[in-house]
Amino acid sequence: MEILHALIVLSNFVIIPAIAYGSQLALGALGVTLVYGILRFSNFAHGDTMAFGTMIVILLTWWLQGIGISIAPLPTALIALPFAIFVTAILLLGTDRFVLRFYRNQKSAPVILLIVSLGIMFVYNGLVRFVIGVGDQRFSDGARFIISARDFKKITGLSEGLAIKTTQGITVITAVVIVAILFWFLNKTRTGKSMRAFSDNEDLALLSGINPERVVLYTWLIVAVLATIAGTLYGLDKSFKPFVYFQLLLPIFAAAIVGGLGNPLGAIAGGFVIAFSEVTVTYAWKKVLMYALPENLEPSGLTQLLATEYKFAVSFAILLIVLLFKPTGLFKGKAL
Amino acid sequence: MSELLKTYLLFAFVAFLIIITGVIQSWNAALFILNMGLISAVMSLGVNLQWGIAGLLNVGIMGFVALGGLATVLISMPPLTDAWAAGGPRIILGLGIGGITIACAILMFQKLPNTKWRFPVIAIFIVFGFVLYRSVLRPAVIAVEAVNPAAEGYLGGLGLPVIMAWPVGGLMAAGAAWIIGKTALGLRSDYLAIATLGISEIIIAILKNEDWMTRGVKNVVGIPRPVPYEIDLQANETFVERAASFGLDPTTASTLFVKIAYAGLFGLVLFILVWLSQRALNSPWGRMMRAIRDNEIAAQAMGKDIKARHLQIFILGSAVCGVAGAMMTTLDAQLTPGAYQPLRFTFLIWVMVIVGGSGNNLGAILGGFLVWFLWVQVEPIGYWLVDLITAPMDPESPVRLHLLDSVAQMRLLTMGLFLLLMLRFYPRGMIPEK
Repeated sequence: MEILHALIVLSNFVIIPAIAYGSQLALGALGVTLVYGILRFSNFAHGDTMAFGTMIVILLTWWLQGIGISIAPLPTALIALPFAIFVTAILLLGTDRFVLRFYRNQKSAPVILLIVSLGIMFVYNGLVRFVIGVGDQRFSDGARFIISARDFKKITGLSEGLAIKTTQGITVITAVVIVAILFWFLNKTRTGKSMRAFSDNEDLALLSGINPERVVLYTWLIVAVLATIAGTLYGLDKSFKPFVYFQLLLPIFAAAIVGGLGNPLGAIAGGFVIAFSEVTVTYAWKKVLMYALPENLEPSGLTQLLATEYKFAVSFAILLIVLLFKPTGLFKGKAL
Repeated sequence: MSELLKTYLLFAFVAFLIIITGVIQSWNAALFILNMGLISAVMSLGVNLQWGIAGLLNVGIMGFVALGGLATVLISMPPLTDAWAAGGPRIILGLGIGGITIACAILMFQKLPNTKWRFPVIAIFIVFGFVLYRSVLRPAVIAVEAVNPAAEGYLGGLGLPVIMAWPVGGLMAAGAAWIIGKTALGLRSDYLAIATLGISEIIIAILKNEDWMTRGVKNVVGIPRPVPYEIDLQANETFVERAASFGLDPTTASTLFVKIAYAGLFGLVLFILVWLSQRALNSPWGRMMRAIRDNEIAAQAMGKDIKARHLQIFILGSAVCGVAGAMMTTLDAQLTPGAYQPLRFTFLIWVMVIVGGSGNNLGAILGGFLVWFLWVQVEPIGYWLVDLITAPMDPESPVRLHLLDSVAQMRLLTMGLFLLLMLRFYPRGMIPEK
């Protein structure tokens, strides 16, 4: 019984939030890793791309709510999502056409493209703040819980509750669906295969007649889908604040590098590694240990390893360890 | 037009902009731009060392600047005896335990035979060290933070003259750079960028949360000054007479005098650093650095230790940023950890370096002044512009009000566009590398 309680508390506060957060990070890291694999630079504008996509979702959600459209119990944001992806895709393709293509044709060094992406980040960031402001925005509506702690207690008769938020459920389901489609696309379709070929060896791909501009076009379309969805899911789950999305850059890059830059499978694994370490290290274990340990061993303090404010330190520490011992990442990336 | 003449003209143009500000707005505003311009120029000089000369990408300038700010507090604030009595030695002991744990773990990793037991043994050792460190540090921190929390609640500093904080800020930044450089240099260039981004976020998190050291978001105010206070000047008879002979009232004269004194100090630091950088750039060492930047493989074939050279210049550049950070906190006379924003302290410095001309010290300085001037002035200009464009609208229309509200965000957009346009059309900057 005690152990069961410990397990429930653990799932409620650690496992379920970490899975949801991990899925969001994985989607973000997939975007970064795709740009790295095909366009060959670290895209520092990714966090702000996510913020832009989410902003469009929020604006559309407000409009839809205003005219009374809803799909309760699901959040209205889900209807807005496809349109927001479309707008984000236009923004990304426009950026590529007017900014990045020049450097690609010049065969500029990856470092130059990185600096260009800093400039793009500035512009996106200014755009988002200009339109929606710097404040916190909540746009989640519909049912709050799939199963609330009280219902869970009533059904099972246990004294500890297990709550699953609707947004957490949606996050995990959406992430699984998107990842499945992405891998099907990359492995089975002609375009997906040409993208992988281009990422493996650009010269060989060009020799076999693959059109690089087409590959780049598809990459940005996929990045628009991934970034908008990742941003929206994060915003639904927590809340939307432009600066937080910029800060997400660090765990996202950490996830992509831990998994191996340029490797989609690694990005997903990396996302979950980062999310689980972040949540476990900053969680106060007192309650779990109270159930799990025999009475005389119970901890007196909160048994929290690090204050929540230091969650970036966790992604960073993992990043350093990986860079020191396995710079190519857990799965073999193309880096180094 | 010769290169030299062009350089002179560009600097004259920036001086002209600042003087115009003085005439139109106020001389106080102009001197504020000048002082922050001097500090920005020092920062962009540091980044230029790293990027312009060695091609190293540092995206964590904010962290090194903040360390300089921390140094100002630790050096110049008077020590608080009550707080020290409450838990000072114990905090030192706790930090010592933490440091020894890390050092021992590194030593164990190097000395223990590489068997399957090595990692578990080190991991267990680190966990024990961490628990010990927390159990020693935590009560002391709580005790210190409980001493007069409304006004103090931290240990204070050493009570030394604030100027000493400038080199110390540089040393602290150099220490952080050493840790980063040791791990991330020698790998892909992007990794250094991401690692520096990480360390800067962590440094800010420490400054915001370790209240016993920095008072966190409650801010440390009233940091001692290296220059006289306005109040004292206004009470000084000779000063008031002097001011009157220039036709100035004592209040204006004293604020101007203080700002000019700061400008003199900052100008001196900038001058020394520029002189050193120019000497370094034109020495065999500088030529070697640029050779490494331009062709690493060839430099390696000549027997140069690329990782060690990169580490060296990365530490030097970060130290310069630390000095600038200490200078900035001295000018503000307060440490506000909440005010450190990456867009302002990291990416704006990048705009300065790129716009001014990477690889050229004078270019970096010009960029520092010019971009800082724009950063300050874009807001009033933007406000004026939006006001003009939306003038035909109803004064209470929500669109107009929202636009006027968001004008402050326009500087990001402007800076981003400025950076992208420069990179596209003048990738070598306004004063290119020779």
